[in-house]
Amino acid sequence: MPADAQVCNCNGVTKQAIGACVEGGAKTAKAVMSKTRAGMGCGSCKGLVNEVVAWFAGGALEEDPSIHYYVPSIPMTKPALTKAIIAQDLRSVSDVFRALSTDGQEDALAKPALASLLITIWKEQYDDQRDARFINDRVHGNIQKDGTFSVIPEMPGGVCTPAQLQRIADVAVKYDVPLVKVTGGQRIDLVGIPKEQLPAVWRDLDMPAGWAWGKSYRTCKSCIGDDYCRFGLGDSMGLANKIEARFRGIDSPGKLKLATAGCPRNCSEALIKDVGAVAIGEGKWEIYVGGAGGSHVRKGDLLCTVASEDEVLTLSGRFMQWYRENAKYKERTYTFIERVGIDRVRAVVVDDADGVAAELDAAMERSVAATADPWKERDEPKTENQFADLIPVEA
Amino acid sequence: MPEIAIGPLSQIPPGEGRNFLVADRRLAVFRTREGGVFATQAACPHRGGPLADGLVDAQSVVCPLHERIFSLATGQGIGNECVIEVFRAKVDEHGVVTVAI
Repeated sequence: MPADAQVCNCNGVTKQAIGACVEGGAKTAKAVMSKTRAGMGCGSCKGLVNEVVAWFAGGALEEDPSIHYYVPSIPMTKPALTKAIIAQDLRSVSDVFRALSTDGQEDALAKPALASLLITIWKEQYDDQRDARFINDRVHGNIQKDGTFSVIPEMPGGVCTPAQLQRIADVAVKYDVPLVKVTGGQRIDLVGIPKEQLPAVWRDLDMPAGWAWGKSYRTCKSCIGDDYCRFGLGDSMGLANKIEARFRGIDSPGKLKLATAGCPRNCSEALIKDVGAVAIGEGKWEIYVGGAGGSHVRKGDLLCTVASEDEVLTLSGRFMQWYRENAKYKERTYTFIERVGIDRVRAVVVDDADGVAAELDAAMERSVAATADPWKERDEPKTENQFADLIPVEA
Repeated sequence: MPEIAIGPLSQIPPGEGRNFLVADRRLAVFRTREGGVFATQAACPHRGGPLADGLVDAQSVVCPLHERIFSLATGQGIGNECVIEVFRAKVDEHGVVTVAI
C-alpha cells in the first residue's frame, strides 16, 4: 500500500497520517482513530485502520481495555452493565452515570448508548430523559447538513393509498418542500423541513411516523407478492405490513432494515437485510438474518424455514430481541452475527438451547406495547421549545 | 459588555440547548444537568452544524453533524483544532438567564 493511499475516505486519512500518529506515540488503534478521525465516519474502514495501525506499531501495539466497555466512561461490558442496572434499579441515564461512571460525571457521547440500553431493559418503566437522545430522536426526523430535517411517513412494503399519496403531494406543495425523494426503503422522503415546521407537517400528513432517523427498527421493504406477480409464492406485501405494524420504532443497538420477498427471485433484496423473509411456496418462508447492502455487503444467513407468517413474526421478533440484548451499541446485525456465529444464533433463537425463548418473546411483546407514534408529540410536546429553531429575545 | 436578559431558564430543558436571537445574533444557550448555563456561537465552525441540537454534559457540547466536541466554558475544541466563541451567561435571582454580549 503506497504511503499516500487514503485509508479512511470519510475523513480523508492516509496511510502515512496513521503512521505519523503511531510514531507520535499513539499506542492503541482507538487512540489513533480518535486523533486522526480515521474510521470515525461511516466506520466501514475500521478493520483496515486496525491493520494499518498494527503494521506501523509492529509488536508494540497495546489494546485499550475500554474497547470492551459498553461506554468508555463506565468500565463494564454490556452484560455486566445490564446486571448492575437491574440490580441497582437504575431507570434513567442520569442514574447510571451517578451510580456507575468512574468519576460520577456525565459523558455526552455515551448518553444515547445508555438510553438505548435502558429502554431495552425497562421498556414502559424507563425514565426517558430527552437530553440523553441524539437530536434525531428528540424531534423524530433525520438531521440534514443544513440543520433541517427529513420527514418520512410510514409506508410498509412501499405501499400507500392514493389518498395518502395525494396528501404527501399536498404537503410537499403547501410547505414548498425543497426535495421529494423516494428512499432506498421504498418510502417517500420530504427533505429539508425546518424544525419548527415538523409538527404542522406531521399534522397535515396525518400518517404514522416512519422511524427513519434512529437506531431502531426502520422499515420492511417488499416486492409485489402473490397478489399480482405471476411468479409470487407468498403474500410479501401483507407480511411486510404485519411486520411493520408489530416492530415499528423498536429501539435497537443499530438500525434494523427488513424485507419480505414473495419468491426466491428476491426482488426486494431480502437476502441483504438485517432480517429478510422469502416465500418458498405452500405457506412456507425462509428467514435470513445478518444481511447487509450498505457500507458492508453481506448475504444473510438462513436462520430457519417456517410454515406460517405468524412464525415469521415470532422468530424474527425473537432474533431481534436477542440482538437487542446482546449486541454492542452501533453493532449492526451483520457484525454481531459474524462475532457470535450463526450456529449460536440458531441454537438460541430456533432450538431454544438456552431456555430463554419464552423470555425473549415476552420481552419483545412488552417493548412493542411500550412503543408509540412519536409524531403525536405534534400536539403534546415533551420538552420546552421542543421544535423551536430560534427563540427571539425582546430588547 | 452589556448583559441581556433572554428570559426564564425554564425555556431550556435540563441537559439541552436552544437557539436565541440576541442583539441580532444567533446564540446557542445550554443548560446542563448540573445547573450550569453557557452561551456560545450557534454554528459549528467545522461545517455549520447547529450546536444547540448537540448532546451536552457538564463540560462540553457535541456537534450533531460530525461529533466535533467543544468546551462550553472556553469554546476550545476537544480533540479538534476548532474554537467557538463563548459568552458569559448566568441565571439571576428571579430565574432569568442573562448573556453578556
